[in-house]
Amino acid sequence: MQNEMRLTMLSYSVNEGFARAAVASFVSQLDPTVEELSDLKTAVSEAVTNCIVHGYRDTIGKIYLMVRLDDDGMVTVRVRDKGCGIADIAKAREPLFTTGGAEQAGLGFSVMESFTDRVQVRSTVGKGTTVTLKKRMAVRKGDEGQA
Amino acid sequence: MGVKFHLEGDKLTALLSGEIDHHNGAKLREQIDEKAAQTRPAELILDFSGITFMDSAGIGLILGRYRWMQNLGGRVRIIHISPRMEQLLVLSGIHKLVQVEPDEEESAQNEEDAQNTSREIFSDSAKEVKYHAK
Repeated sequence: MQNEMRLTMLSYSVNEGFARAAVASFVSQLDPTVEELSDLKTAVSEAVTNCIVHGYRDTIGKIYLMVRLDDDGMVTVRVRDKGCGIADIAKAREPLFTTGGAEQAGLGFSVMESFTDRVQVRSTVGKGTTVTLKKRMAVRKGDEGQA
Repeated sequence: MGVKFHLEGDKLTALLSGEIDHHNGAKLREQIDEKAAQTRPAELILDFSGITFMDSAGIGLILGRYRWMQNLGGRVRIIHISPRMEQLLVLSGIHKLVQVEPDEEESAQNEEDAQNTSREIFSDSAKEVKYHAK
Protein backbone atom coordinates (compact mmCIF):
# COMPACT_ATOMS: atom_id res chain seq x y z
CA MET A 1 0.00 0.00 0.00
CA GLN A 2 1.19 3.46 -0.84
CA ASN A 3 0.55 6.08 1.76
CA GLU A 4 1.30 9.75 2.08
CA MET A 5 0.97 12.57 4.56
CA ARG A 6 1.68 16.27 4.52
CA LEU A 7 1.91 18.83 7.22
CA THR A 8 2.79 22.46 7.45
CA MET A 9 4.31 24.12 10.50
CA LEU A 10 5.85 27.44 11.41
CA SER A 11 9.61 27.64 11.74
CA TYR A 12 9.74 27.83 15.54
CA SER A 13 12.55 25.70 16.92
CA VAL A 14 10.15 23.94 19.28
CA ASN A 15 8.74 22.26 16.14
CA GLU A 16 11.99 20.35 15.51
CA GLY A 17 10.89 17.75 18.05
CA PHE A 18 7.34 17.74 16.73
CA ALA A 19 8.46 17.21 13.11
CA ARG A 20 10.64 14.16 13.83
CA ALA A 21 8.00 12.67 16.13
CA ALA A 22 5.30 13.15 13.48
CA VAL A 23 7.44 11.48 10.81
CA ALA A 24 8.35 8.60 13.13
CA SER A 25 4.72 8.10 14.06
CA PHE A 26 3.61 7.93 10.41
CA VAL A 27 6.48 5.67 9.32
CA SER A 28 5.93 3.25 12.21
CA GLN A 29 3.12 1.60 10.18
CA LEU A 30 5.91 -0.03 8.13
CA ASP A 31 7.09 -1.72 11.34
CA PRO A 32 10.66 -0.48 11.01
CA THR A 33 13.41 -1.42 13.46
CA VAL A 34 14.24 0.98 16.27
CA GLU A 35 17.52 1.78 14.51
CA GLU A 36 15.86 2.53 11.17
CA LEU A 37 13.37 4.84 12.82
CA SER A 38 16.06 6.50 14.88
CA ASP A 39 18.21 7.11 11.78
CA LEU A 40 15.28 8.69 9.97
CA LYS A 41 14.36 10.87 12.95
CA THR A 42 17.93 12.15 13.15
CA ALA A 43 17.99 13.03 9.43
CA VAL A 44 14.58 14.76 9.61
CA SER A 45 15.70 16.71 12.64
CA GLU A 46 18.71 18.01 10.70
CA ALA A 47 16.64 18.97 7.65
CA VAL A 48 13.99 20.81 9.68
CA THR A 49 16.63 22.54 11.81
CA ASN A 50 18.27 23.81 8.59
CA CYS A 51 14.97 25.46 7.56
CA ILE A 52 14.73 27.15 10.96
CA VAL A 53 18.36 28.16 11.45
CA HIS A 54 19.29 28.96 7.85
CA GLY A 55 16.26 29.19 5.54
CA TYR A 56 14.28 31.43 7.86
CA ARG A 57 17.26 32.84 9.73
CA ASP A 58 15.79 36.22 10.63
CA THR A 59 12.14 35.49 10.17
CA ILE A 60 9.39 32.97 10.82
CA GLY A 61 8.03 31.13 7.80
CA LYS A 62 6.29 27.91 6.87
CA ILE A 63 7.97 24.52 6.67
CA TYR A 64 6.28 22.00 4.38
CA LEU A 65 6.79 18.37 5.28
CA MET A 66 5.73 15.47 3.08
CA VAL A 67 6.22 11.79 3.81
CA ARG A 68 5.50 9.03 1.29
CA LEU A 69 5.64 5.32 1.97
CA ASP A 70 6.03 2.89 -0.93
CA ASP A 71 5.25 -0.82 -1.14
CA ASP A 72 8.89 -1.80 -1.19
CA GLY A 73 9.58 -0.13 2.15
CA MET A 74 11.01 3.02 0.62
CA VAL A 75 10.32 6.10 2.71
CA THR A 76 10.58 9.51 1.07
CA VAL A 77 10.64 12.60 3.27
CA ARG A 78 10.53 16.00 1.64
CA VAL A 79 11.27 19.09 3.72
CA ARG A 80 10.66 22.39 1.97
CA ASP A 81 10.98 26.03 2.97
CA LYS A 82 10.43 29.30 1.17
CA GLY A 83 13.39 30.92 2.87
CA CYS A 84 16.61 32.53 1.71
CA GLY A 85 17.91 29.57 -0.33
CA ILE A 86 21.45 28.25 -0.61
CA ALA A 87 23.89 30.00 -2.95
CA ASP A 88 26.38 27.13 -3.15
CA ILE A 89 24.81 23.74 -2.45
CA ALA A 90 28.05 21.77 -2.84
CA LYS A 91 29.73 24.02 -0.28
CA ALA A 92 26.79 23.75 2.11
CA ARG A 93 27.01 19.97 1.97
CA GLU A 94 30.71 19.90 2.89
CA PRO A 95 31.40 18.51 6.35
CA LEU A 96 32.21 21.26 8.87
CA PHE A 97 31.05 24.09 6.62
CA THR A 98 28.66 26.32 8.50
CA THR A 99 27.39 29.86 8.36
CA GLY A 100 25.85 29.38 11.77
CA GLY A 101 28.60 30.35 14.22
CA ALA A 102 30.68 28.62 16.88
CA GLU A 103 27.98 26.39 18.35
CA GLN A 104 26.97 24.91 14.98
CA ALA A 105 28.88 21.76 14.13
CA GLY A 106 28.40 22.13 10.37
CA LEU A 107 27.39 18.49 10.17
CA GLY A 108 23.73 18.68 9.19
CA PHE A 109 24.06 17.36 5.64
CA SER A 110 26.77 14.86 6.64
CA VAL A 111 24.42 13.38 9.22
CA MET A 112 21.56 13.27 6.71
CA GLU A 113 23.82 11.46 4.24
CA SER A 114 25.05 8.99 6.84
CA PHE A 115 21.64 8.13 8.22
CA THR A 116 19.65 7.80 4.99
CA ASP A 117 20.22 6.19 1.59
CA ARG A 118 19.93 9.33 -0.51
CA VAL A 119 19.84 13.09 0.03
CA GLN A 120 18.77 15.45 -2.72
CA VAL A 121 18.97 19.23 -2.33
CA ARG A 122 17.32 21.77 -4.59
CA SER A 123 17.57 25.43 -3.84
CA THR A 124 17.08 28.83 -5.40
CA VAL A 125 18.42 31.93 -3.69
CA GLY A 126 15.55 34.07 -2.49
CA LYS A 127 12.96 31.35 -3.24
CA GLY A 128 13.73 28.52 -0.87
CA THR A 129 15.16 25.05 -0.43
CA THR A 130 13.80 21.52 -0.82
CA VAL A 131 15.60 18.59 0.78
CA THR A 132 14.45 15.10 -0.17
CA LEU A 133 15.54 12.16 1.97
CA LYS A 134 15.11 8.55 0.91
CA LYS A 135 15.55 5.57 3.16
CA ARG A 136 14.50 1.99 2.57
CA MET A 137 13.11 0.14 5.56
CA ALA A 138 13.66 -3.61 5.58
CA VAL A 139 10.33 -5.23 4.75
CA ARG A 140 10.04 -8.12 7.13
CA LYS A 141 8.42 -11.48 6.47
CA GLY A 142 4.82 -11.80 7.49
CA ASP A 143 3.96 -8.26 6.52
CA GLU A 144 2.47 -9.31 3.19
CA GLY A 145 -1.26 -8.88 2.91
CA GLN A 146 -1.64 -6.80 6.05
CA ALA A 147 -2.33 -3.69 4.01
CA MET B 1 14.85 17.79 29.08
CA GLY B 2 17.23 19.11 31.68
CA VAL B 3 20.51 18.90 33.47
CA LYS B 4 21.49 18.07 37.04
CA PHE B 5 24.93 18.80 38.43
CA HIS B 6 27.15 16.94 40.80
CA LEU B 7 30.47 18.37 41.96
CA GLU B 8 33.03 16.05 43.49
CA GLY B 9 36.45 17.50 44.14
CA ASP B 10 37.54 19.16 40.92
CA LYS B 11 35.19 17.09 38.76
CA LEU B 12 31.86 18.48 37.65
CA THR B 13 29.34 15.97 36.33
CA ALA B 14 26.42 17.20 34.22
CA LEU B 15 23.68 14.58 34.13
CA LEU B 16 21.77 15.33 30.92
CA SER B 17 18.27 14.11 30.20
CA GLY B 18 15.76 14.28 27.34
CA GLU B 19 16.44 15.06 23.69
CA ILE B 20 19.31 17.19 22.39
CA ASP B 21 18.44 19.14 19.27
CA HIS B 22 19.01 22.75 18.22
CA HIS B 23 16.00 23.88 20.28
CA ASN B 24 16.89 22.12 23.55
CA GLY B 25 20.64 22.46 23.11
CA ALA B 26 20.74 26.21 23.67
CA LYS B 27 19.34 26.02 27.18
CA LEU B 28 21.55 23.06 28.12
CA ARG B 29 24.64 24.95 26.94
CA GLU B 30 23.80 27.99 29.03
CA GLN B 31 23.24 25.94 32.15
CA ILE B 32 26.44 23.92 31.75
CA ASP B 33 28.60 26.96 31.00
CA GLU B 34 27.18 28.89 33.93
CA LYS B 35 27.90 26.03 36.33
CA ALA B 36 31.37 25.42 34.92
CA ALA B 37 32.19 29.13 35.26
CA GLN B 38 31.10 29.05 38.91
CA THR B 39 32.90 25.86 39.86
CA ARG B 40 35.95 25.94 37.56
CA PRO B 41 36.41 22.15 37.43
CA ALA B 42 39.52 20.40 36.11
CA GLU B 43 37.22 17.94 34.39
CA LEU B 44 33.72 18.33 33.02
CA ILE B 45 31.92 15.00 32.73
CA LEU B 46 28.89 14.93 30.45
CA ASP B 47 26.68 11.99 31.40
CA PHE B 48 24.43 10.97 28.48
CA SER B 49 22.59 8.14 30.25
CA GLY B 50 19.30 10.10 30.26
CA ILE B 51 19.50 11.27 26.64
CA THR B 52 16.90 9.60 24.43
CA PHE B 53 17.66 11.41 21.17
CA MET B 54 20.44 13.55 19.79
CA ASP B 55 21.29 15.03 16.40
CA SER B 56 24.26 17.15 15.32
CA ALA B 57 23.29 19.76 17.91
CA GLY B 58 24.69 17.30 20.45
CA ILE B 59 28.01 17.40 18.61
CA GLY B 60 27.89 21.20 18.66
CA LEU B 61 27.22 21.04 22.39
CA ILE B 62 30.20 18.75 23.09
CA LEU B 63 32.49 20.73 20.78
CA GLY B 64 31.51 24.02 22.41
CA ARG B 65 32.11 22.64 25.91
CA TYR B 66 35.43 21.17 24.77
CA ARG B 67 36.57 24.62 23.65
CA TRP B 68 35.21 26.19 26.80
CA MET B 69 37.04 23.76 29.06
CA GLN B 70 40.23 24.22 27.06
CA ASN B 71 40.03 27.92 27.83
CA LEU B 72 39.61 27.09 31.51
CA GLY B 73 42.56 24.70 31.30
CA GLY B 74 40.35 21.66 31.88
CA ARG B 75 39.14 18.66 29.94
CA VAL B 76 35.89 16.99 28.93
CA ARG B 77 34.81 13.39 29.35
CA ILE B 78 31.67 11.82 27.86
CA ILE B 79 30.09 8.90 29.69
CA HIS B 80 27.16 6.51 29.15
CA ILE B 81 26.82 7.18 25.45
CA SER B 82 24.65 4.82 23.41
CA PRO B 83 26.00 3.07 20.29
CA ARG B 84 23.86 5.28 18.06
CA MET B 85 25.12 8.46 19.63
CA GLU B 86 28.68 7.22 19.50
CA GLN B 87 28.19 6.78 15.76
CA LEU B 88 27.58 10.54 15.61
CA LEU B 89 30.70 11.22 17.66
CA VAL B 90 32.79 9.07 15.34
CA LEU B 91 31.27 10.80 12.31
CA SER B 92 32.32 14.16 13.71
CA GLY B 93 35.80 13.05 14.78
CA ILE B 94 35.13 14.45 18.25
CA HIS B 95 35.90 11.09 19.85
CA LYS B 96 39.55 11.89 19.16
CA LEU B 97 39.40 15.07 21.20
CA VAL B 98 37.45 14.02 24.25
CA GLN B 99 37.48 10.84 26.27
CA VAL B 100 34.38 8.78 25.48
CA GLU B 101 33.12 5.95 27.66
CA PRO B 102 30.24 4.03 26.10
CA ASP B 103 27.35 2.54 27.98
CA GLU B 104 28.83 -0.59 29.57
CA GLU B 105 25.92 -2.87 28.80
CA GLU B 106 25.94 -1.93 25.15
CA SER B 107 29.63 -1.46 24.59
CA ALA B 108 30.26 -4.85 22.97
CA GLN B 109 27.56 -4.23 20.39
CA ASN B 110 28.80 -0.70 20.17
CA GLU B 111 32.23 -1.62 18.93
CA GLU B 112 30.75 -3.93 16.37
CA ASP B 113 28.38 -1.24 15.10
CA ALA B 114 31.12 1.33 14.99
CA GLN B 115 33.23 -0.92 12.82
CA ASN B 116 30.40 -1.87 10.54
CA THR B 117 28.57 1.35 9.99
CA SER B 118 30.58 4.36 10.95
CA ARG B 119 32.20 6.44 8.31
CA GLU B 120 34.73 9.06 9.15
CA ILE B 121 34.40 12.22 7.22
CA PHE B 122 37.00 14.41 8.84
CA SER B 123 40.52 14.33 7.65
CA ASP B 124 43.03 15.21 10.34
CA SER B 125 43.97 18.43 8.63
CA ALA B 126 40.37 19.60 8.33
CA LYS B 127 39.85 18.90 12.01
CA GLU B 128 42.90 20.84 12.99
CA VAL B 129 41.80 23.89 11.07
CA LYS B 130 38.38 23.78 12.66
CA TYR B 131 39.36 23.14 16.24
CA HIS B 132 42.27 25.50 16.47
CA ALA B 133 40.72 28.31 14.50
CA LYS B 134 39.01 29.87 17.51
